[in-house]
Amino acid sequence: MEHTLSFMPEERAEIERLKSLYPHPKAALMPVLWMAQKKWGWLSEDVMRVVADVMQLPYAHVLGVARFYTMYFKKPMGKYHIQVCTNVSCMLRGGEELYERLCQKLGISHGEHTPDGRYSIEEVECMGACGGAPMIAINEDFYENVTFEDVQRILETLP
Amino acid sequence: MNYTVPHLVLPKIERLHELDVYLANGGYQAYRKVLELSPEQVIEEVKRSGLRGRGGACFPTGLKWSFMPKGSDKPKYLAVNGDESEPGSFKDRQIFEFNPHQLIEGILIAGYAMGITKAFIYIRGEYHKWIRLMERALADAYARGLVGPKMTETFGGSYWLDIVVHKGAGAYICGEETALMSSLEGDRGYPRFKPPFPAQKGLWGMPTTINNVETLATVPAIITLGAERYASIGAAGHPGTLLYGLSGHINKPGIYELPTDTLLVDLIYKYGGGIPGGKKVKAVIPGGSSMPPLRGDEIDGVVMNNEDLKKYGTYIGTAGIIVMDEDTDIPRVLLRITRFYHHESCGQCTPCREGCGWMEKILRRIVDGDATTEDLDLLMSVAGQIEGNTICALGDAAAWPVQGFLRKFWDEFAARVKPRRTFVPLNVVHGRRATRATLLPS
Repeated sequence: MEHTLSFMPEERAEIERLKSLYPHPKAALMPVLWMAQKKWGWLSEDVMRVVADVMQLPYAHVLGVARFYTMYFKKPMGKYHIQVCTNVSCMLRGGEELYERLCQKLGISHGEHTPDGRYSIEEVECMGACGGAPMIAINEDFYENVTFEDVQRILETLP
Repeated sequence: MNYTVPHLVLPKIERLHELDVYLANGGYQAYRKVLELSPEQVIEEVKRSGLRGRGGACFPTGLKWSFMPKGSDKPKYLAVNGDESEPGSFKDRQIFEFNPHQLIEGILIAGYAMGITKAFIYIRGEYHKWIRLMERALADAYARGLVGPKMTETFGGSYWLDIVVHKGAGAYICGEETALMSSLEGDRGYPRFKPPFPAQKGLWGMPTTINNVETLATVPAIITLGAERYASIGAAGHPGTLLYGLSGHINKPGIYELPTDTLLVDLIYKYGGGIPGGKKVKAVIPGGSSMPPLRGDEIDGVVMNNEDLKKYGTYIGTAGIIVMDEDTDIPRVLLRITRFYHHESCGQCTPCREGCGWMEKILRRIVDGDATTEDLDLLMSVAGQIEGNTICALGDAAAWPVQGFLRKFWDEFAARVKPRRTFVPLNVVHGRRATRATLLPS
């Protein structure tokens, strides 16, 4: 099938390496989805079809896996994806208020992004940072023991 | 390694995460010691140490290892469970960050004991940074020939194994061992029926053992100290040390490695620095959100291990302790916990998929003040019908906190509900019993 998107030769080599790590190449699907998300920002139908092709798997299987895991984006997210934990430990320490105030400040709610595409926000389940509650994560970085003011400051310092 | 009790999994040594520091402190010596024993003797040693799994179920580790078929020429796999998604748990993260080589050494020992061909460390996707740390440690170990085919040169003998780090993508259910296997194979993280147990038919249909990160990181300490010495630490029924996680309303939250005979009040007041504002404790969840809670007035004398907690109708789980002060709104906490399980239910089993949603709705009504006394009974009934009726333990994990909180804080829930619902009078026509008769074929 012809795609407008495609992996570069060195990425294809990486995919082959990933496949060789497992006794069955299908197991490389999750790492390859991670690669695709890093490259294209989110998993559109086109992206998932490219992944299905390189993985030699049915598109339906790729879609099923991508939709099962919350960290694979099924729609475009902001440049800075803000994840606010509101699970028990964070909730007890003001995680819910933090989330609501951030939504208000940015004018968006769960799973949405700002019109300029700079920020998106997500209310997430426990991130495994209960000792640093309340916590947020921006893209891949954790910020623990934060107040609303701290988060404002962090957002301002982002490039 | 020169271990000083109770710092067995997280020894207090600066920069221990670096391979050179780990080696300088006697790292990878436990594995060398193991090579002098036969695999059966290693399993026997772990059995005698009384080590129990740290993932929540407290299954005896040595016994689990002994289930792996011996002398089979099939490949055998080890899945290292670092999915760590139970709210209140953040212990494995410390191992990835501060002592990754002890985990790798534990994997080598387990691998030798069971004849493992390949080990997979499954780490939750949110732990980007810790995955990178673990991968770096693993790359260092590979470069020195401590892992991989070069092991035969480094350590002698013929045994070697490969270790692969696998990144999850945000699904609580993948911490369940059979769901973890599905996820590793490139499928949705659906739990599977047991039997067949993983030791017979696991990853790719081959014999597989799944161990928690903390469990494996404990093994080198057991080998170094000897089984008898390790078994003498902490409580007899559940020996050793645990990485207790303190969070919630506590002055000094964090991970504390302590023997299993530690008192809960010591954890809260001596190590955790007490409750902010000098408030009283209303409730404590002893081992992650799926464990039934303890009331603030019953925490005196509670010893934090699985056997002692059973007396209070709860379990140690992952030792993630969540403390709640006297001002905590218990129904709201329970609503939040139940919302979590509803979100994380994989959807395979009807009791869990639907039941968690119902429980969330009923709890929402209770919190909003729209519920009646019957709703409390209904909630108990739904929880009771989820428990034990699902493929995996997520159903139980969702039901236990509901049952536990209702039992222990019934008054608080009862105060939030109206005595009974006022019904609109039945429509005369539709209420007529005869209506049904006309619908049946004559």
